[in-house]
Amino acid sequence: MVRDSTKVERQEGGVGGPDFKASMSVRYGLDRAFTVLVTAAALVGLVVLALLLADVVRDGSSMLSLEFLTSFPSQVFPENGGIYPALIGSLWLLALTGLISVPLGLGAAVYLEEYAQDTRINRVIEINISNLAGVPSVIYGLLGLGIFVELLAPVTGGGSVLTGALTLSLLILPVIIVATREALRAIPGSIREGGYALGATRWEVIWSHLLPMALPGALTGIILALSRAVGEAAPILVVGVSLYQTYTTAGPFDGYMALPTQIYDWISRPQQVFQDSAAAGIVVAMVVLLVANSFAIWLRNRYQQRS
Amino acid sequence: MAIRAEGTRSGADVWKRNSRGRELRERVVKILLMACAYLSIFTTVGIVIVLFEETSRFFLKVSPVEFLTSTQWAPPQGEFGVLPLVYGTLMATVIAIAVALPVGLLTAIYLSEYAPRNLRRWLKPALEILAGVPTVVYGYFALTFITPFFRDSLFSGIESFNAISAGLIMGVMIIPTIASVSEDAIYAVPLSLREGAYALGATRRETATRIVVPAALSGIAAAVILGISRAIGETMIVTIAMGAQANFGGSPLQGMQAMTAYIVQVVGGETPRGSITYESIFAVGSALFLMTLTLNLASYWFVRRYRETY
Repeated sequence: MVRDSTKVERQEGGVGGPDFKASMSVRYGLDRAFTVLVTAAALVGLVVLALLLADVVRDGSSMLSLEFLTSFPSQVFPENGGIYPALIGSLWLLALTGLISVPLGLGAAVYLEEYAQDTRINRVIEINISNLAGVPSVIYGLLGLGIFVELLAPVTGGGSVLTGALTLSLLILPVIIVATREALRAIPGSIREGGYALGATRWEVIWSHLLPMALPGALTGIILALSRAVGEAAPILVVGVSLYQTYTTAGPFDGYMALPTQIYDWISRPQQVFQDSAAAGIVVAMVVLLVANSFAIWLRNRYQQRS
Repeated sequence: MAIRAEGTRSGADVWKRNSRGRELRERVVKILLMACAYLSIFTTVGIVIVLFEETSRFFLKVSPVEFLTSTQWAPPQGEFGVLPLVYGTLMATVIAIAVALPVGLLTAIYLSEYAPRNLRRWLKPALEILAGVPTVVYGYFALTFITPFFRDSLFSGIESFNAISAGLIMGVMIIPTIASVSEDAIYAVPLSLREGAYALGATRRETATRIVVPAALSGIAAAVILGISRAIGETMIVTIAMGAQANFGGSPLQGMQAMTAYIVQVVGGETPRGSITYESIFAVGSALFLMTLTLNLASYWFVRRYRETY
């Protein structure tokens, strides 16, 4: 504001200063051009997404079939290869990561939103969580390698699917915590006061009212976070996902393959048939993720309309 | 609710006397929840300890001065100067931000100032889907679509692995981050500022670019810093599309290796624990962690600043 007024003083002698354009037609022309520009910018992302989908469907269509979903990948007959063990491995990762990260994330969010006072340690936790959300996923891989693969090998079985799930859980915890906290914050204080007035304890109010009310909002964050976890390749590559195995994962201490790393393995082979397999694998992964994400977003829209 | 409860349960079932067990449960629950929250501290401490432990072993074999200043990166020959990897990371990041900053900011202006409400409700989720695409998919697209496209049209001498395709696609990946964080900042600018501008005869574009964007500048800065941080930490796009050959001073049309891509390259091979190559990925990881930590804290500071203004 101060700067503006000095500018005006400086330009007192002139006819409005260099910034002022008297011609309305020029100004409106620029306005129209700018409208086109911002609209085009907003469409760039969508155009790329459409191109990308068209590209992978075109490349992958030759490999896509029901057998692709139910076969093992093959070095000898790559045309008959499939993603079955990777699909099963990713399902294991999804289930274990959900089982580990959801209770921990909900718990941390409830503590920070409903219990924590504004003390220094709690502020540190808050800054720490927002920083953890920005730590590169490959660093979580290194953490998992140091802790779960090496240090806790007797518990986790080294490079098992449990190790992968633990690593991915730490990766997505910040996202779940932030989403749940926002959902809890949106609940009016009168609900809590009503509960206390009836003699309920803090936990009884949380369990009977706050958690059920926060669930739709939290669920959106949880689904988005889990779909991100399933799409991650870098951290599980570091903690020892198998790029090839002859069995499917049957327990938490087994080795595992996963969709994104299977796709990566195919991409890194030069033969065309593997490139096409990669594209087909991408189509499968994208269908799953688009369905999950759309459901999450639908859930949030519904929830936002009500509140 | 009340009527149904009356029919099925008598008051005696619902009412509970305060008991010591109830108090105990409250205390146990609080401690459990607290443990969940403190887990985040342990995560950070764990990252720092793991990185520090292996990095310090690495620095017993390679001097930190060589690591930070040498421009030779050839682990098999025992050459560990990190600058070529930093160069690869920064090259991809600069290209990505050159795409994502203008497109993301203009998208945010469109969403906040121009888009009709209904369209906005569809466009924002669509952008989120863009952010949810696995990065291996972007890598595949850069390698098999963008690079051949460039070879056929603009740059015939482009290498199969190159920084420009990887950087461009990484830019697309970051658009949603920059757009959504800047839009929050732009949206938070009070309506009265816009009305003031209109009252003085400003057009819509002039209001957006001269009043609203400058007022939201610190939030936009936070968005850009966050975008840079994500680009630096991004792994699969640069691993797949930019190559695995350290290349200090290379052009964007050439292949080069990013810091994250080196980590993936090493863990892909059988590297025994305790070897210098194994320790080197933690040293590179430490450098990566410090870079993103600095950027994240800077972004946090900017976000708080603009929140305090209004």
